[in-house]
Amino acid sequence: MWTAPANPVTAVSWGSAVADLEELYREIILDHYRSPRNRGELPVPPAHRVEGFNPLCGDEVVVTMLVDDGVLTDIKIAGSGCSISQSSASLMSAAVKGKPVEEVEALVRTFKGMMSIHEATLGEPPGTDDERSRAAASAPEAAASGPDGAEAEEGAEAPDPALGDLSTLGELAALQGVVKFPVRIKCATLSWNALAQGLRELEAAHG
Amino acid sequence: MAVDMSTEEHQPPGISDRAAVARTATKNTLAEPPECRPLDVEVLRKDFPLLSQVVNGHPVVYLDSAASGLQPRAVLAAMDRYYETTHANVHRGVYATAEEATHLYEGARARVGRFIGARDPGREIVFTKNATEALNLVAQSWGRRNLARGDVVVLTEMEHHSNLVPWLALAEERDLELRYIPVDGQGRLDLSTLDRLLDGARVLAVSAMSNVLGTINPVQELAAAAHDNGAIVIADGAQSVPHTPVDVGLLGADFLAFSAHKLYGPTGIGVLWGRAELLEDMPPFLCGGGMILDVRLDRFVPAEPPARFEAGTPPIAEAVGFAAAIDYLSGIGMERVRAHERALTADALEAIEESLGADCRIFGPPAGNDRGGVISLAYRDVHPHDVAQVLDQFGICVRPGHHCAKPLMRKLGVPATARASIGVYNDLGDIEALIGALKEVGRLFG
Repeated sequence: MWTAPANPVTAVSWGSAVADLEELYREIILDHYRSPRNRGELPVPPAHRVEGFNPLCGDEVVVTMLVDDGVLTDIKIAGSGCSISQSSASLMSAAVKGKPVEEVEALVRTFKGMMSIHEATLGEPPGTDDERSRAAASAPEAAASGPDGAEAEEGAEAPDPALGDLSTLGELAALQGVVKFPVRIKCATLSWNALAQGLRELEAAHG
Repeated sequence: MAVDMSTEEHQPPGISDRAAVARTATKNTLAEPPECRPLDVEVLRKDFPLLSQVVNGHPVVYLDSAASGLQPRAVLAAMDRYYETTHANVHRGVYATAEEATHLYEGARARVGRFIGARDPGREIVFTKNATEALNLVAQSWGRRNLARGDVVVLTEMEHHSNLVPWLALAEERDLELRYIPVDGQGRLDLSTLDRLLDGARVLAVSAMSNVLGTINPVQELAAAAHDNGAIVIADGAQSVPHTPVDVGLLGADFLAFSAHKLYGPTGIGVLWGRAELLEDMPPFLCGGGMILDVRLDRFVPAEPPARFEAGTPPIAEAVGFAAAIDYLSGIGMERVRAHERALTADALEAIEESLGADCRIFGPPAGNDRGGVISLAYRDVHPHDVAQVLDQFGICVRPGHHCAKPLMRKLGVPATARASIGVYNDLGDIEALIGALKEVGRLFG
């Protein structure tokens, strides 16, 4: 039967592959994936409902939210998808529930800032993470021309995660490992984009 | 090229008897493969530069040939040589290089035609951008000329979106009736209601081999039944032509679509083979330069096929690379390619079952004559996206997703699958690496 190769070089890379994976799939992420918080849908109305969809992998998220007097009093998450999209949605719901909308919006910005530098540099020639961070930080116009213009622009305005204070993210910082896997960033931000869209729609509706 | 091109022992005596026995025994038209000299995969792998790449610290294990095949050095060299020595636009210039480019382009058409047994490649082989464009060409050109409100188009539940959405779009425009041959529990077409489905049909469009299930469909049998009902038959050969011997004379279809890049050639070129008499009656699809006989300010006269369907500068270098890929595969022999992949698929299915048991659910029919090397799987209840992510960390290239077959995913009751697919360069070592990494998925997700 096949086992991890004995060749030392390959054995080291096997070990580092496992280490990278363990960083991506931290225990807290797997916990939220297995036991998602705030699962379900709130009745509409009075709640507001937004669907998020990732056509690439078929992930779906339904965010229902209740805003009362400037406070996000309740939120529920439905849908299906991979561990990253589902745990990110669960962590998000736990982090924003009961918070003033302004604080929620700030958290959305910080979270997307943590995710956005790598998103903005997708499609650029490969380099080290440091090189890419420096390039993105020093050239916001280049970042804005990335594959997802709107998102990249938003990211360029957000605080540089390399310098920014991620402590406000609390448990959400566990999702930091995702930035090493650019394809998965869309999974992690799926529910956040839906939440941001919902808040924008509510704001537009109620002035 | 490192492949031994000799074809001796290619067809040992007694093959036709065995094939006849197999046909009777399985009651389908898919013949038992002849015994072929096995491929020397170790040697053959050296022809594919990408296989010596290291991904995430691991030698690449490429199991995504159903999405796109890798290119042997011969294909890359042919395209380089073309650009370095012969590049010019085709069908126009009178200078020597332009004539040579035209010669190479038309030569590629002839070789592609011969590869699938076309009688008259110069009239029957249309170069397109890819298989998708070839299928759209038939729906838009033949379909719009011939189909009207209420006409019936028969498809299957396992079609790739490229052989489904063009018909959905035309059905919406023309108010056509679409019917579907169902897929049974083993991932084969359920032909029990075929007569009723084909009754009054004008078109049968069917995948010759499923890109999700690996099922090799009995196109010959389906085509005969469709023709009895007066329908034309379109076969999507995107998966079958690169992996099985295909002869349009035997296949029975009226159109066959496939692409070069799944056949170890370059991206950007595909093929529509069609019966000459059908192509001649079809209006142009895309219009512009190169597809006309005469143009005035109030009308135009289209050229004869295939030029009628090749508007604009065609993919010339790609055609040259395509021909080199065909030569490469012909050098191996498609019977040997199929025998290798059939045996490896059987070994892979067995090894996965033995090592992972109930943790791994495999979609599609069991190993056999009607099973190609596409292995879609679900590992426990881990999302395929997560499965593929873990595999990638070990340099293993598989594809998670719906594989452009969303109706089939719904039928299978899954949002997506993780798909490992086999090419000429794969061997059991690749499958063992896959199994080892799948165990890592199990460890991580516990």
